[in-house]
Amino acid sequence: MSVHTVTKEQFKAFVSALIDSDQKIIGVQAKADKFAFGELTDADALRLDYDVTILPPKKYVLPQKEALLQFKVGGDSQTIQEEEKVVLMGVHPYDMAAINQMDQLFSQGEYDTHYMNRRQNITIIACDVVTPSENVFASSMNTATVDQGYDMLLTDIGDSYVVDAATDKGQALVKMMDGASVASDDDLNKRKSVQDKNEAALNKHQLECKPSFLPKLLEKAYDHPVWEEKANLCYSCGSCNQVCPTCYCFDVQDEVNWDLETGCRYRAWDGCLLQNFATVAGDHNFRKKRSDRFRHRLYRKGKYVPGKIDGEIACVGCGRCITACTSKIANPVEIYNTIMETTEIS
Amino acid sequence: MCECCNGKKDIYLPEMCTITKRRMLNGTELYMHLEKESGEEFDYIPGQFVEVSVAGIGEAPISISSSPTQKGLELVVRNVGSLTKMIHKMQVGDKLGIRGPYGSTYPIESAKGKDLVFICGGIGLVPQRSFIRYALDNRSDYGNITVLIGTKCHDMRLFREEIAMWEERKDMTVMETIDEAHECWNGNVGVVTTLIPKVESDLPTSQVLICGPPIMYKFVLMALAEAKVPEESIFVNLERRMKCGVGKCGHCQINEYYVCQDGPVFRYSDLANVPEAI
Repeated sequence: MSVHTVTKEQFKAFVSALIDSDQKIIGVQAKADKFAFGELTDADALRLDYDVTILPPKKYVLPQKEALLQFKVGGDSQTIQEEEKVVLMGVHPYDMAAINQMDQLFSQGEYDTHYMNRRQNITIIACDVVTPSENVFASSMNTATVDQGYDMLLTDIGDSYVVDAATDKGQALVKMMDGASVASDDDLNKRKSVQDKNEAALNKHQLECKPSFLPKLLEKAYDHPVWEEKANLCYSCGSCNQVCPTCYCFDVQDEVNWDLETGCRYRAWDGCLLQNFATVAGDHNFRKKRSDRFRHRLYRKGKYVPGKIDGEIACVGCGRCITACTSKIANPVEIYNTIMETTEIS
Repeated sequence: MCECCNGKKDIYLPEMCTITKRRMLNGTELYMHLEKESGEEFDYIPGQFVEVSVAGIGEAPISISSSPTQKGLELVVRNVGSLTKMIHKMQVGDKLGIRGPYGSTYPIESAKGKDLVFICGGIGLVPQRSFIRYALDNRSDYGNITVLIGTKCHDMRLFREEIAMWEERKDMTVMETIDEAHECWNGNVGVVTTLIPKVESDLPTSQVLICGPPIMYKFVLMALAEAKVPEESIFVNLERRMKCGVGKCGHCQINEYYVCQDGPVFRYSDLANVPEAI
């Protein structure tokens, strides 16, 4: 829609103004030696130069625990809908790609009003990566840059940000930026060089095939020994699920309030690596083996979910699972490459 | 429904239904007949399931046991967890939350004109009964109807009076067996597969519908392969943990399929490359 340039000082003033507005502002901030998304109360605390956050911004579109209904115990239920307007600042391209996928998954087929309503109340200010994290492989997954889903995209070009307002909500924010000027050709060239660099540089692990090849590769890999080899060291802790920006499986539970008369039905993140994920009444577990659960996750990323979203691969290369895994077995690139090297594909 | 939801309804919101009849079928299985509080009829096809809930306890997927040719909704609930324990305590006039129906259906249209063979193990009879009753209520649409029922022990037999009535009928064949011999039982003893060779319908041209505990499928499918039943003519009704029922939560997934949407009824030939299914 329009591309502007704003100095970092002017941008800070804009963030301060946003914080003073009636919207809730979420931004990336330092947390000990790591980074996390959290409510922003001070413009100085915003760190758009971060490498990666501990948890993805998924927690704002699909919270760890989200009330769906309120009820009288044993009686009627009513829908709970989140009304709060939120501005989410500093979403990296790979995380944006993940949210774009979830937008499709929660709106296709049975329309999930809880997710979609929350999503529509969020304004996303994405930003191109400044500091690659230790395990990022977004370049391998074609998610090092992103061209949709955000309302505004920021690119750090030194003393300034190039500001791309992609929606009406983004345009409205640009109007709040005192001092923003239409981006010059020079600024646009600088932005292009940042993005071109990221296209190749966010790649601490190199996937040896195009991501679009993964569904075909996995057709031949169901009985590959890699599942057993890796899963032998798996603690079934579900850390890989919890930090993943594209994992969206959830459990639904009822919780009764202290009055014992009212309560909420809520959903909470679940993980397919957890031992009882596929257990039914009567204690029959349909995915009892660790290696089966381990394989299921990698198949969801590389084959099953892509089948629902026009072939888009449900791993965006953020590398969080690699960092989070206690046993260091979760690296998807290592697993897919191992299969590539040892499987004949006609 | 509200403005913020784009006029779309909340897929997680149950509708209140009243228990209009209830009785125990055996020591653990409760039969219930439900009607909507709104007075509307239920709209479903045999094979589908509903999500049943009690606010404050939880929600679980339960097969529909009635036929849409009758009024109301019939469910059978086994007392195995906190929700079903609570449901077992409920009386006529009490209310349950219902969402659905969800999932795929038995081939009620494509099976017309063909012989039907139902193979039921344990509470597998519950969802099968939906199509059995539907076929009996539309009797001229289908060929011979054979129902094979296997139950672990005599005390766990379900729908005893109804099965006795089916046995009286001249237009269907019912064969029952129990796994363990019992002094009150004069009938067949053995697993349900032992009844397959006794089926008089021409198996290779019949539509065979299977529902039972996970272990049963493997052996029944082996017996059907031996009897030269094409995989296209076999329908399996699979149980998984359909937590949301609407294809989102991921719990019921078998390889790329969601049992809550692509199932629970699958044509067996569609499961050739779905190793997690059986």
